[in-house]
Amino acid sequence: MEAISHAGTVLGVLASDGVVLAAEKKVTGKLLDLSVTKDEGKGYGGSGEKVFLLNSNVIGGVAGLTADANSLLNYARSAAQRHLLTYNEDIPVELLAQRLCDLKQGYTQYGGLRPFGVSILYAGYDPHYKFQLYHSDPSGNYSGWKATCIGANSGTAQSLLKQEYKDDITVKDAVGLVLRTMSKTMDSTSLGSEKLEFAILTLDPETKQPKAKIYRPHEIDALLVSEGLTKKEGEGDKDVEMGK
Amino acid sequence: METSFAITGKGYVIVAADTTAARSIVKMKIDEDKIKVLGPHLLMAYSGEPGDTVQFAEYVERNIRLYQIRNTYSLRPSAAASWVRRSLAESLRSRHPYSVNLLLGGYDTSSHDPHLYWIDYLGTISEVPFAAHGYGSYFALSLLDRYHNPEASLEEGLETLKRCIDEVSKRLVVSPGKYKVKVVDKDGVREVEI
Repeated sequence: MEAISHAGTVLGVLASDGVVLAAEKKVTGKLLDLSVTKDEGKGYGGSGEKVFLLNSNVIGGVAGLTADANSLLNYARSAAQRHLLTYNEDIPVELLAQRLCDLKQGYTQYGGLRPFGVSILYAGYDPHYKFQLYHSDPSGNYSGWKATCIGANSGTAQSLLKQEYKDDITVKDAVGLVLRTMSKTMDSTSLGSEKLEFAILTLDPETKQPKAKIYRPHEIDALLVSEGLTKKEGEGDKDVEMGK
Repeated sequence: METSFAITGKGYVIVAADTTAARSIVKMKIDEDKIKVLGPHLLMAYSGEPGDTVQFAEYVERNIRLYQIRNTYSLRPSAAASWVRRSLAESLRSRHPYSVNLLLGGYDTSSHDPHLYWIDYLGTISEVPFAAHGYGSYFALSLLDRYHNPEASLEEGLETLKRCIDEVSKRLVVSPGKYKVKVVDKDGVREVEI
């Protein structure tokens, strides 16, 4: 729990036509090699610190110990694929959250092992309950949310969300809400791709299948520009240049 | 001999199976229900090796019920059919395989449409607008090719089913006498008289 309260903020908002997830990256610096994440066409996007694709219909945002999170991430992907193999359908979001919570709970019960120091946000879609947002903590509790936040300053972010959230919010408005809330809660004054991870889950208008999009760094910058939340010129850019 | 039919229509699936339980050339029973209700919107007609059929049908019934209890919502027809198929395919490769043929009909409450799956003991599955198992299938399928209408009302659907049953009674040497008919639609499962 302590580790999570220091971890980068992860924020999720459920909209009527999608789910939006954003995360604050903590591990940054001009010497960090980000070249992998900048490559076009490789992987599924994102810089792979906090926002991950768990299954084609679920995006996960993690806060806490990164090593623990990686192990849980692997477990979640296996669970989702196992469901796909047995039932030939994407795993329902709540079921995936349950699977991980069963695992997390186990570590609180048996002696000798330390629990996973990870909180997770699950943004997903299934035909039963359409778009959903869940949060699970290290003890194995989970709950569904319309908008929630984990990590550092999550209390502040949560109260901001509570003030601004409307029940019939669309993805477009949710993106704005998430980014504004994020910019207010983050320690740094500038908001840019080197400090931010961003993802949305919507339905493909043609196939009616869930479509997960995890933004690449340059896409995040473009999004920030269009939302009018551009970072301050100067330092940020230089970091990126030298990071190459 | 054993015969089962199923027909989809506008928002429903009709599943029908004969009610004879026979051993060799002797009819042991004439009111056997061979259609299991697997859930609030799911039906399964089973036929094949006597003994295997009931055993496997109960195994499926209870596993699907278990899923429903564990996860608060029931499996969708497509997921249930995939699971049943896998069970049969695993059984086929075991020391004592089940020889059971199934027709699985259900109404998907999340996408609001009917689904019908034809499954055989080899683990073959196919989603079809109408289906039949047993000797009756040789007569009924061509008839259904001619008369099936996916947009038909329940009354028209039952009319088509009656055609199939009459044709089988007319042409098949060992035709079954009585059928049990169940319908699944948005309101759930119910038995109908024909």
